[in-house]
Amino acid sequence: MLSPEELREIESEFPHYPNKQAVCIDAMKIVQKHRGWVSDENLKDIAELLGMSVDELDGVATFYNLIFRKPVGRHVIMVCDSVSCWVMGYERLRKELKNRLGIQMGETTADGRFTLLPIVCLGACDRAPAMTVDEDLHLNVDPQKLDGVLEKYK
Amino acid sequence: MTKVYVDNRPFEVRPDQCMLQACLTLGFDLPYFCWHPALGSVGACRQCAVKQYKDENDKKGRIVMSCMTPVAEGLRISIHDPEVVAFRAAIIEGLMESHPHDCPVCDEGGECHLQDMTVMTGHNYRRYRFNKRTFRNQDLGPFVNHEMNRCIQCYRCVRYYREYAGGRDLKEFSMRNQVYFGRYEDGTLENEFAGNLVEICPTGVFTDKTLKRHYTRKWDLQFAPSICVHCGLGCNTSPGERYGSLRRIVNRYHGELNGYFLCDRGRFSYEFVNSERRVRQPLLRQDNGLRPTSKAAVLDRLKSILAFGKVLGIGSPRASLEANFALRALVGAERFFAGTAPAEQRLTSLMLQILREGPARTPSLHEIELSDAVLILGEDVTQTAPRMALALRQSVRQQTFQIAEKLKIPLWLDHAVREAVQEEKGPLFIAAPYVTRLDDVARETYRAAPQEIARLGFAVAHALDGSAPEVAGLSEELRNLAGRVAQALRDAKRPLVVSGPSLNSESVIYAAANVASALCRAGKPAGLSFTTPECNSVGLNLMGARPLAEAMEAAQKGEVEALVILENDLYRRAPRQQVDALLKGAKHVIVLDSLLTPTASQAEIVLPAGTFAESDGTLVNNEGRAQRFFQVFVPQGDIRESWRWLREMMIAAGRREAAALETLDHVDEALAQALPALAAVTKAAPSASFREAGAKIPRAPHRYSGRTAMHANINVSEPKPPDDPDSPLSFSMEGYPDQPPSPLIPFFWSPAWNSIQAVNKFQEEIAGPLRGGDPGVRLIEPTPGSEANGAYRGAPPEAFSVREEERFFVPLYHIFGSEELSQQAPAVAELIPKPYIAIATEDAARLQLKEGDEAEVRLNGSTQRLAIRLREEMPKGLAGLPVGLPGVETVELPAWGKITRV
Ligand code: SF4
Ligand code: SF4
Ligand code: FES
Ligand code: FES
Repeated sequence: MLSPEELREIESEFPHYPNKQAVCIDAMKIVQKHRGWVSDENLKDIAELLGMSVDELDGVATFYNLIFRKPVGRHVIMVCDSVSCWVMGYERLRKELKNRLGIQMGETTADGRFTLLPIVCLGACDRAPAMTVDEDLHLNVDPQKLDGVLEKYK
Repeated sequence: MTKVYVDNRPFEVRPDQCMLQACLTLGFDLPYFCWHPALGSVGACRQCAVKQYKDENDKKGRIVMSCMTPVAEGLRISIHDPEVVAFRAAIIEGLMESHPHDCPVCDEGGECHLQDMTVMTGHNYRRYRFNKRTFRNQDLGPFVNHEMNRCIQCYRCVRYYREYAGGRDLKEFSMRNQVYFGRYEDGTLENEFAGNLVEICPTGVFTDKTLKRHYTRKWDLQFAPSICVHCGLGCNTSPGERYGSLRRIVNRYHGELNGYFLCDRGRFSYEFVNSERRVRQPLLRQDNGLRPTSKAAVLDRLKSILAFGKVLGIGSPRASLEANFALRALVGAERFFAGTAPAEQRLTSLMLQILREGPARTPSLHEIELSDAVLILGEDVTQTAPRMALALRQSVRQQTFQIAEKLKIPLWLDHAVREAVQEEKGPLFIAAPYVTRLDDVARETYRAAPQEIARLGFAVAHALDGSAPEVAGLSEELRNLAGRVAQALRDAKRPLVVSGPSLNSESVIYAAANVASALCRAGKPAGLSFTTPECNSVGLNLMGARPLAEAMEAAQKGEVEALVILENDLYRRAPRQQVDALLKGAKHVIVLDSLLTPTASQAEIVLPAGTFAESDGTLVNNEGRAQRFFQVFVPQGDIRESWRWLREMMIAAGRREAAALETLDHVDEALAQALPALAAVTKAAPSASFREAGAKIPRAPHRYSGRTAMHANINVSEPKPPDDPDSPLSFSMEGYPDQPPSPLIPFFWSPAWNSIQAVNKFQEEIAGPLRGGDPGVRLIEPTPGSEANGAYRGAPPEAFSVREEERFFVPLYHIFGSEELSQQAPAVAELIPKPYIAIATEDAARLQLKEGDEAEVRLNGSTQRLAIRLREEMPKGLAGLPVGLPGVETVELPAWGKITRV
């Protein structure tokens, strides 16, 4: 069941769009904001609210890599793996992250603190390699700086 | 026509199409994936690339997608330019990166568009050395198998399923090279036309799950041109057989009728032919049971029975014209009775009379698709005439095409058109007592009792033409609705009214006819389409059989020596007691049928009749089109066409003239002579003496394998292929190697085109008629000049009024469950609902009934216990009883009845 707050937020989007279906991305973002991810049950509830089939909504959900259809940790790290970051050695950064967190790409640390995911070009090629943690962009991340960066996210 | 150049050769082509379609019509082998003649162009796969040149001096050219390039005067393209040839090979190499290369174990193999296109482009060596992406497959229900690893991301499946067929439970998921086509979770595909995915998907992702149980490659199947027997529309099919069992059905393209698509009932019901309940030998009642006996013994017995005269025959709307005619010849015209429910016979006669008198003409399914405003009165078309529903779903697009035309978007540019049109829909109005499966595209729906539906129709006719009968005491609401419907129909270029006998209501049919007449009077070329319940309902009716009730009376008076029942389970036609009385009233009951039905189980003699797959014959569809179906294979034992059995019975009875009815052609000639209304049947297909280049048409592909070995366990010498005295087709792969005339195409195949898309090569133009014209002859056209005296018919019924103690029961239909033969197909049987009665939620509360409760239903003298299903949308005072569902008694409907809790 969607919470009254989620419902209110979703419904307040309706006037901005020509039809209910068009609210689907916002609706999923709202739910994700509250719960960290969008579960099967949430998906069904949203689909019903918007007059969509679950299939249709999940088609949208799975198209966007920033809608999470599996639980994620408290913080989500996304490492850019596109061309400039590759030139600048994102692979070392990625290896370092995996080692320190003790997880593979796509996994969450046992304490639920971090989830590690890849992402395409963040538009920060001039200061590659780049990565994001939650909403923050981190530039020129060399493996030595990592501790400092991760410290900020409890 | 427009002049274009292909590899410097000039051609004249139609302007309103893309270059891909034009090239295919011209006969070029140009590979494609995402384009489909029924779906149009989206330019997604890049497979159809050609070079386009500015003018004759341009030597360099540029690569364009032929499916996205409109035909234009002077346009120059090259298919064979080396650069574009290499480009197409590279495209397929990319599409095939993750393909498992599992053709040997893939059900699509040997009839795969992907195989064909791969060979056509010359890509023959895989260079990709990395991991392939792999997927988990889903269980999509009893009809369609799923194997996602074979996907090439052409998007045809979702475009067909969602945009064309209106399904909502199939979708593309994820992105990049991970795109997945399937459902949100495992489960039966909900759309009634899901089976077409098998043909739409150019690869082995979606294949026929029923075929899997007795798999055979296309090249090893023996086919015949056939007609679907599971509703009144007469879609053309191509069933395939091996080792004496029917293996599958695929679509047989017909430009005017089914086009590229069938419904799932039509595609997946063939397995009744292989059923355990088949009668395979003559059965004779001995020691209180039906025991197998020899043909000679049974004919001997028949001889003594038939000698006494007073033999009554009961025909069948699911038997061919020839079978019904042979029965009529055996018993005499005055002793030939229609094996249909009384109301059904009355209504079919009425509908045919209306269509003959005109002024409105009955359209083909293709014309229905092109209608631009539609009123449906009293039919849930998806359940009663499924393929028509798919056609109607396209009709709501017609008016919206104006939006695209204003923006100068060609109509074949599919997604541009859909983008421009958005959610806009043309007018479709549906009046029915319950929700129908087309409601999602309807502009307005009106849910009411049959009387009210008729009143709406009469009111629409009156709104169109003041001289049409007026409806007394019309509510404001209904008057306004009628006004809106009338306006929409009047504003349309090709308005259509759809109705039929579903509600067993004369008034509804009159109302539909009057709307069509009023439109004709206003100068509109209105169409009027009636559904008919069974594959030969029209044919049987045109024979002029007497009503079943009269046979019952005769039996009651003890006037019946013998009763010959043709391919008919009478327990589906009339209430149990009446049928019991009829069967008991006759001294001898002889049944010819393919299945041991409840009626056959009561008989003294049962003769094993061939199904559509084991016989030849002619059926007349709802449009009045007579179409020939041909025997697919020769059954073992004594199974034969009903008309052959009846001929033997005549001979046994000492009727010398029957000796002349040796072949189908003889029967048809006699039929044409005896029944002028059916004289054209002889033209439905070429006669048995027809030859192409002196040869017969082979039923099997030339690659058919194992003929010398397939019976080696019985006898090492190869048996001679059976003769076929009834048709110009041979039971063999030998014969005329090229294209036969359209009514005789057993399967579509052409060099380099092994998949069903070989149909491209059989059409006059792509998506147009088959070469030489689409098969069949129309028997019913409105009488010219009848428009002037085309008086309005019938009178509006009294308004429906709710009763306190009783509910008004209307018939309900199920695509899977209401039709007799398909119930015997295991895949279909999985989807048949449990017996139930439907009542309005509002009434349920008053009767203290909940969903699933058992209730006693007293109706027309019958009592049965059924589970309650609540229907939110049903108007107060109505209840619905599913027709023909296993476990539901036959009752004459509509009728007032009582529901009580137990
Ligand atoms: S499943 Fe078939 S139709 Fe659908 S995208 Fe893949 S190859 Fe095309
Ligand atoms: S619509 Fe009717 S005739 Fe056509 S395939 Fe379905 S059941 Fe057969
Ligand atoms: S490639 Fe990494 S930010 Fe652009
Ligand atoms: S067929 Fe032209 S791009 Fe796919």
